[in-house]
Amino acid sequence: MFEVFGIPSQALFGQLLLGLINGSFYALLSLGLAVIFGMLNIINFTHGAQYMMGAFAAYLLLQHAGIGYWGALVIAPIVIGATGVFVERFFLQRLRKLDPLYGLLLTFGLALIIEGLFRNYYGSSGLPYQVPETLQGGRNLGFMFLPNYRAWVIVLSLAVCFATWFAIERTRLGSYLRAATENPVLVRAFGINVPRMVTLTYGFGVGLAALAGVMAAPIYNVSPQMGSDLIIVVFAVVVIGGMGSILGAILTGFALGIIEGLTKVFFPEASNTVIFVIMAIVLLIRPAGLFGRNA
Amino acid sequence: MERVLEEAGVPPRRRETAWSLGVAFAVMVALFIAAPFLVYPVFLMKALCFALFACAFNLLIGYVGLASFGHALFFGWASYVTAHAAKVWALPPELAVIVGMATAAVLGLVAGSIAIRRQGIYFAMITLALAQMMYFFALQAKFTGGEDGIQGVPRGRLFGFFDLTGEMRMYLFVLVVVLAGFLLIYRIINSPFGEVLKAIRENEQRTISLGYKTERYKLVAFVLSATLSGLAGSLKALVFQLASLTDVHWAMSGDVLLMTLLGGLGTVFGPVAGAFLVVAMQNYLATFGQWVLVIQGAIFVVCVLAFRRGIVGEIAHGLRVQL
Repeated sequence: MFEVFGIPSQALFGQLLLGLINGSFYALLSLGLAVIFGMLNIINFTHGAQYMMGAFAAYLLLQHAGIGYWGALVIAPIVIGATGVFVERFFLQRLRKLDPLYGLLLTFGLALIIEGLFRNYYGSSGLPYQVPETLQGGRNLGFMFLPNYRAWVIVLSLAVCFATWFAIERTRLGSYLRAATENPVLVRAFGINVPRMVTLTYGFGVGLAALAGVMAAPIYNVSPQMGSDLIIVVFAVVVIGGMGSILGAILTGFALGIIEGLTKVFFPEASNTVIFVIMAIVLLIRPAGLFGRNA
Repeated sequence: MERVLEEAGVPPRRRETAWSLGVAFAVMVALFIAAPFLVYPVFLMKALCFALFACAFNLLIGYVGLASFGHALFFGWASYVTAHAAKVWALPPELAVIVGMATAAVLGLVAGSIAIRRQGIYFAMITLALAQMMYFFALQAKFTGGEDGIQGVPRGRLFGFFDLTGEMRMYLFVLVVVLAGFLLIYRIINSPFGEVLKAIRENEQRTISLGYKTERYKLVAFVLSATLSGLAGSLKALVFQLASLTDVHWAMSGDVLLMTLLGGLGTVFGPVAGAFLVVAMQNYLATFGQWVLVIQGAIFVVCVLAFRRGIVGEIAHGLRVQL
């Protein structure tokens, strides 16, 4: 045990770890928002509800089908992503030619419906979800205790973020996507089915949210309102990072998680609000966001 | 955003049809005068407060094209400050309300100058985030009473002699203030200043090229909207003798958005109709618990997909008049 700035190392690194965990979720969710925004030009307000549905999918798979964490990690994103495809195909597609504000209002309404339904059936209190057996326990690093599951969340989140970045920036499919973002009409003229690509992109973004939900289930309790408070913070993260770049969304997510963790150590009263304060400062200095292109 | 109202089909302003506004206003006032003899006055006062809130919100979304997701910030904080002023500082109701409005105006100036730096959906996200920040302040601050809120706020005597304790007297006070706010908003949107706001809504770039400093116009509109939302929140604190976290929560920002959308964005009477419908729905469906949330969400979805003019907007469109 040693001290840093008068704070015991256990507390400092413990909060840093918590910050990294939160940052993993901020990064995954803001990444999904950025991917969706890139193609559909709307902010997906349902993102928090879809994250919550991912966590519930894990819980329900275990309760009713006996499928554990590892199965849920694969099944939940696919199932929830499929509901996203449905939403895009039957609702959002009708709004393509309208002002993006309507997409925002529609997804907000959907978020209310989903949260209301889950609250109806599962109440407001959290439901517990066990850490999978293989990841229980932890290891002592000398300066702090590192639970295995938390290490796994950080590693998995980094891996998924990197894979998404790679897929969009470095593969042929990704280049189609980026081209369709720039000029959908021209890309269609080349014989690429852009509307289907848009639908699948939305489904993919939703799947990312659901994956984050499954990962969050053993850490936070599974509850209907777990998404709505988180999504507002993630919006602030997105505003800070700017939505121009995938890498920017990932970096900002992790960095703000860490800053939030440090605030919990040094100035706990401000830990809820620090991200919003940073957002206000960034907007005053650099309105387009840290990684954003012109407003 | 400039396309929103076009898509919503709000008819262009026509001088010769302005009589419809006068008729509608007369009918509305007559209904408000008759209503307390038929309906529970506290319910009416609540709906009136929300009607003013929604009209103030509509000033921004309907006439400048700025969609705020954080208006609970002004409503809720004005409500807290008025409650605190009336209870702890023992100010008379008129001063308590003014202090609440002033708080909302200052908050509007600060939040507005940050938020108008971005447009469109960013504006929505920024206002939401700022409101959430102030929600956490309200949760942690001592004077707000945290989860308990500020309870038992005295209504006091208006100007020292008009006792507001009775429900009918309070109703009269709320009605006069809300109508004054309503007329003020109508005056604003039909002033030269309001014409510039509408020009910004239709085409901001062109308005800039005509030599208008649109940022300033947007900021003034934001502060006006925040102040009048604060007036609504202050009144609500006196009506219910309570200021609580509900009033600053993001769900409140969603409620006022729903009222305005349901009634009709950019219509004069739409927000009032929307407020009465939503408050009535929340009142009568309260026993169904979380279904209220589901129904509200469903109304959002239906309005956006099929019904973008809102109720009053549809009526105005059908009758080819301005409402």
